[in-house]
Amino acid sequence: MSFVAHLINGVSLGSVYALIALGYTMVYGIAKMLNFAHGDVIMIGGYVVFVTVSGMGMNPLAAIIISMAVCTVLGVTIERVAYRPLRGASPLAVLITAIGVSYLLQNIALLVFGSDTKAFTNVVTMPNLELFEGQLIIKSVTIVTVIVSIIIMVGLTLFVKRTKIGRAMTAVSEDKGAAQLMGINVNGTIAVTFAIGSSLAAIAGVLLCSAYPSLTPYTGSMPGIKAFVAAVFGGIGSIPGAFIGGILLGVIENLSKAYISSQLSDAIVFSILIIVLLVKPTGLLGRKIQEKV
Amino acid sequence: MKKKMLSLVLAGAMTAVLMTGCGSGNGSADSGSTADGAATETETTEAGETEAADGAADTENAESADDAQAAGGEGGTLKIGGIGPLTGSAAVYGIATMNGSQIAVDEINAAGGINGMTVELNFQDDECDAEKSVNAYNTLKDWGVQVIDGCVTSACSIAVADKTAQDNIFQLTPSGSAVDCVANPNSFRVCFSDPNQGAASAQYIGEHSLATKVAVIYDSSDVYSSGIYEKFAGEAANQSFEIVATGAFTADNKTDFSVQLQQAKDAGADLVFLPIYYNEAALILTQASSMGFDVKFFGCDGLDGILGVENFDATLAEGVMLLTPFAADATDDLTVSFVTTYNEKFGETPNQFAADGYDAIYTIKAAAEKANITADMSNEDICNALQTAMTEITVDGLTGAGITWDASGEPTKDPKAVVIKDGVYTAM
Repeated sequence: MSFVAHLINGVSLGSVYALIALGYTMVYGIAKMLNFAHGDVIMIGGYVVFVTVSGMGMNPLAAIIISMAVCTVLGVTIERVAYRPLRGASPLAVLITAIGVSYLLQNIALLVFGSDTKAFTNVVTMPNLELFEGQLIIKSVTIVTVIVSIIIMVGLTLFVKRTKIGRAMTAVSEDKGAAQLMGINVNGTIAVTFAIGSSLAAIAGVLLCSAYPSLTPYTGSMPGIKAFVAAVFGGIGSIPGAFIGGILLGVIENLSKAYISSQLSDAIVFSILIIVLLVKPTGLLGRKIQEKV
Repeated sequence: MKKKMLSLVLAGAMTAVLMTGCGSGNGSADSGSTADGAATETETTEAGETEAADGAADTENAESADDAQAAGGEGGTLKIGGIGPLTGSAAVYGIATMNGSQIAVDEINAAGGINGMTVELNFQDDECDAEKSVNAYNTLKDWGVQVIDGCVTSACSIAVADKTAQDNIFQLTPSGSAVDCVANPNSFRVCFSDPNQGAASAQYIGEHSLATKVAVIYDSSDVYSSGIYEKFAGEAANQSFEIVATGAFTADNKTDFSVQLQQAKDAGADLVFLPIYYNEAALILTQASSMGFDVKFFGCDGLDGILGVENFDATLAEGVMLLTPFAADATDDLTVSFVTTYNEKFGETPNQFAADGYDAIYTIKAAAEKANITADMSNEDICNALQTAMTEITVDGLTGAGITWDASGEPTKDPKAVVIKDGVYTAM
């Protein structure tokens, strides 16, 4: 029974990673850049909901929509100001800029909200699911997170494959120059990608803080990094891969905490990143793209 | 191209991991302005020498008299520097200590000071960050500090202790409980040491038969928490209960406690011992309640402050027990008058950190009077004289009656246990 409980806790953690990883992978898959600030956009999303729900007493659902709007604007602004001017620059310059943006967001949050830990109010108010006469409790926020992750995963896949903008995204990711020649607005498409990725971050932020109700300016950074590992694990750029990678990572983290050492779980998680990159550099579901010479 | 991208990804991940490691560990904030604010607040005492007779209530007027600093009374001024977290993850401790110390300083100045010297307290923010506490110490040195009342937290105390030992400045930490806080001959403390707290907690649980099966959740990356845990585990062997589960966590992994709680639940623990700080404890209480784990919680002084976490559902803390040297509802005259003054001035019930801060100032006073300290003595002379005097004094404070010290810097006093009942700390 305790194994099942650990497994469920792992899925609970993993579903949050999956949700964050979807945003990571979305931006990487289309814009071919690692948006390290993604974790911090999540944190901002969490603060927006904290302020609107706990401070202004707003309805949680309305707060989530406001938070998504704020994060979308934030994501598009970051893309416009920090990343677009570097479109032709080396990937390393973009990567460093992303880390810079990440620190900028953390420090802005420190200035605005202070470094005190805020206890976040769970926005998922449904009762927990109790099985086997209360021996096994599945938190409602876990169920919601898993369902939301699946919906987003399916929705994104359909969006990319079926819609015009989605197909434009695929084209941009394969060859920016050729896409432009075919009449696709490359900058616009990438901006839309960031908008979607950032609004997903807002949802992830709310569910992350509901599951683990502590909010500090650093809340997003560790889950962000782990979600990145999850995205690489599942095959970065692959939308279902991010979901599977996230869930697996959460389960591995929790089981290693339970059965190996609660102190070494982070070390184990990051060892997995290294091993995956060594053995299967494209990740579980990553596509092997032939480079034409 | 692909290889290039991959190495980039790896390099990026590693850099980011490194950086986040630092970030989350520090809990740092740009709080220069806050520290300044605190300093101004504490400077209210500077004008005390002229208004001493009018009593402590007049300190508001003194705010306008910041520039009277240089004046000094007949006996000059004794500059006490406080260091503690006024912002950040442990701000509750620092603010309480500062407020408690301030009350003591105001009282002493109102009663004529120490050996005719007016006491001046300058309290600096360290955000519970060892590096920043050294910066705060340097600021105090520039200010001309003569005695250090700090730091509030263990890791910061240790960092500053190295500096005070080099500079020969007497240091009394109100609440730095790790063993190494008082490793140097010039450093003493008011609170219990970690080993002391660990052993006393185990004895308390055993003697009062609070539980037969105990689980422990502690922070293995923190000297305070792991120090208590080790002694607790050692002492548990002599007691009537057994430790059935031990779950550690680290500074980078302190949001999800489901595994540790699940292990405790599976092991059938009827009490969970939490030798940790209140922020994580608040999360643990929330998660335990959401997984339907109904159990007693027992902690040390680090849990003090849990009721102050913003937006925390205080009903979850109902029944939590903690070992602390101070209970605000005690009926002795000293406690009653302290609690009343604190309530009037700061609008809340003082926790034990406030009491530690208060006692620290009175301890400095007792030692300074014993050693006949005067304001014109060099820091080194003050330090040597106070060091000797500390072992000769007996202080009746808020955190214990008849507290004495030995040369190692450890106080001797009895612990008290309190339980959170109807949202307030109540003596057990």
